[in-house]
Amino acid sequence: MTRTPGTLPWGAMARLAGRRALFAAPVLIVVTFGVFAIAAASPFDPVKAYAGTAALGADQQTLDRLRDNLGVDQPFVTRWWHWLTSALGGDFGHSTVMRQPVAQVIGERLGWSALLCAVAFGVAVLLGTLLGVLAARRPGSVTDRAVTSLAYGLEAAPVFWIALLAVWLFALQWDLLPAGGLTDTASEHVTAGQVASHLVLPAGVLAVSQLPWFALYVRQGVADALAEDPVRGARARGLSERTVLFGHALRCGLLPVLTLIGSRVPELITGALLVESVFSWPGIAAATVEAATAVDFPLLAALTTLATAAVLAGNLLADLLYGLFDPRVKFSDM
Amino acid sequence: MTCDAPTPAGGPAPAVWRSRGTGRRSTRTLRVRVCAALAAATVLAVLLVPPLVQLDQQAVDLAAKLLPPSWEHPFGTDDVGRDLLLRCVYGLRVSLLVGVAAALTATVVGTAVGAAAGALGGWADRAIMRVVDTVSSVPHLLLGIFIVAMFRPGVWPVVVSVALTHWLSTARIVRAEVMSLRARPYIDAAVSGGASRWRVTVRHLLPGVLPQAGLAAVLMVPHAMWHESALSFLGLGLPAHTASLGTLIQTARGSLLAGQWWPTLFPGLFIIVPTLAIAGLAGAWRERINPRRRSELML
Repeated sequence: MTRTPGTLPWGAMARLAGRRALFAAPVLIVVTFGVFAIAAASPFDPVKAYAGTAALGADQQTLDRLRDNLGVDQPFVTRWWHWLTSALGGDFGHSTVMRQPVAQVIGERLGWSALLCAVAFGVAVLLGTLLGVLAARRPGSVTDRAVTSLAYGLEAAPVFWIALLAVWLFALQWDLLPAGGLTDTASEHVTAGQVASHLVLPAGVLAVSQLPWFALYVRQGVADALAEDPVRGARARGLSERTVLFGHALRCGLLPVLTLIGSRVPELITGALLVESVFSWPGIAAATVEAATAVDFPLLAALTTLATAAVLAGNLLADLLYGLFDPRVKFSDM
Repeated sequence: MTCDAPTPAGGPAPAVWRSRGTGRRSTRTLRVRVCAALAAATVLAVLLVPPLVQLDQQAVDLAAKLLPPSWEHPFGTDDVGRDLLLRCVYGLRVSLLVGVAAALTATVVGTAVGAAAGALGGWADRAIMRVVDTVSSVPHLLLGIFIVAMFRPGVWPVVVSVALTHWLSTARIVRAEVMSLRARPYIDAAVSGGASRWRVTVRHLLPGVLPQAGLAAVLMVPHAMWHESALSFLGLGLPAHTASLGTLIQTARGSLLAGQWWPTLFPGLFIIVPTLAIAGLAGAWRERINPRRRSELML
């Protein structure tokens, strides 16, 4: 595919996105069906979950009326269909643990999660690239071994453990940063400065958990590129070390990594689930854990669907980047 | 990678070659030895400490609560005076058991599904792989959380939820392997010898797949352990009386906020060390069954 630099093949990209959306719709529908099927097979009782502690003192008659109102006795396929049709209209039901509509819970919290993930991901990409290039510069050197060992160690360490140790060190020992939450407990308004200082620890920990992957991939890519003829040619022409590393080797070596960025969404969600609940960050990942603890089925179902949609969007992004950066690939083939 | 000190001013390109030279091999075996020793230590500790050491891990000693690491208590004590080294060994035992059980279940399911898809081919293959794609679009930990939330509490929901989210990669690997084996002449020979499809699959295809499936199973154990500890840490995993490493970290949160770091630090190290040991060994194993690839740790 010939392409003039500077213009993007919007039409081809849009067609690919459209095809992916056609594929994504059945996947999402099947996932929601599976979620309802698992719930139907479990010993979980929606009536007790809905009524909460009030169910303990309630008489059978009240519970039966509630059961009737919630439509629990209908087969799960009927309930699933009912949920799906109202979800398409934007009504995801009522969250029992948050005591508000599910759509409202998600709307209030999605932005905070997106902020956390975006900052963490950006830091992880930048730092990971830097460390990867440093390590690849001289394979086998002390720097390389230090970076590689650090990356493997961090990859093996549970993110919630890193988060707890970070709280201990930065918030308790050194008293540099707040231990959790979005703002100080005393303050009534959410100000940008407060959010920024409360964001440092969770975003840093999430970045650290995502970083090893980038560092190792960039290291591999750049080290391979350094051994290739064009890069050796650049060296032979007497170009400076920095130009060779960042201008030639990194451009080559970063390509496969960039195209894989979109497929990191599941790991990012997993990390966010754990980091948000350690730092009491008011995002949707923390809400997922609360919903699971309280067996809040409507909220869990919506959040599972949302996360699946995010993963599918990430896959699309990966394909788009792949097609954009590798001119040999045609969008129409994907 | 103990190669000679890289020449600072000389062409860095030889440094790339040097890393593939003879220097690699010695550390490779050293690394494998260290990993093997750590893995053996893990297994021995888990198997031998409970029957041989006649100490009760649940023994409460309120006079000795939250003691920092010392000779008497190398890992210190927790908030009710239990010895943390002993607690960590028992926790590792639980985590490892859950991890192995989940990895075995996932490998059996994954191998069966992958072999079926690869051996049947055609529309059955497409349908099976579409299911695999669909399930893998849900983030694993989230699916695990959902299953455990619905079926808790207990050990089995955790094992099932970890297994249900981990069989997908095995199914993909096994399917690819079966499809490449199907093109080999010895399969044609078996088919022309009159072997049924079932016999070809079970007697000729599956044995060829086992090394790959075994590697996948070994690599899955640390993953499954990690998964279990994450669920337990969120309070959705194992109940407190069967404390795993994740449960230990979860219960240590209170002491951490009071400034005691050791109840949090040591259980985490007990997750990291076996993970790295298994990753190192699996990397060496992969190199043996597939020598063309360069040795890396596998995580």
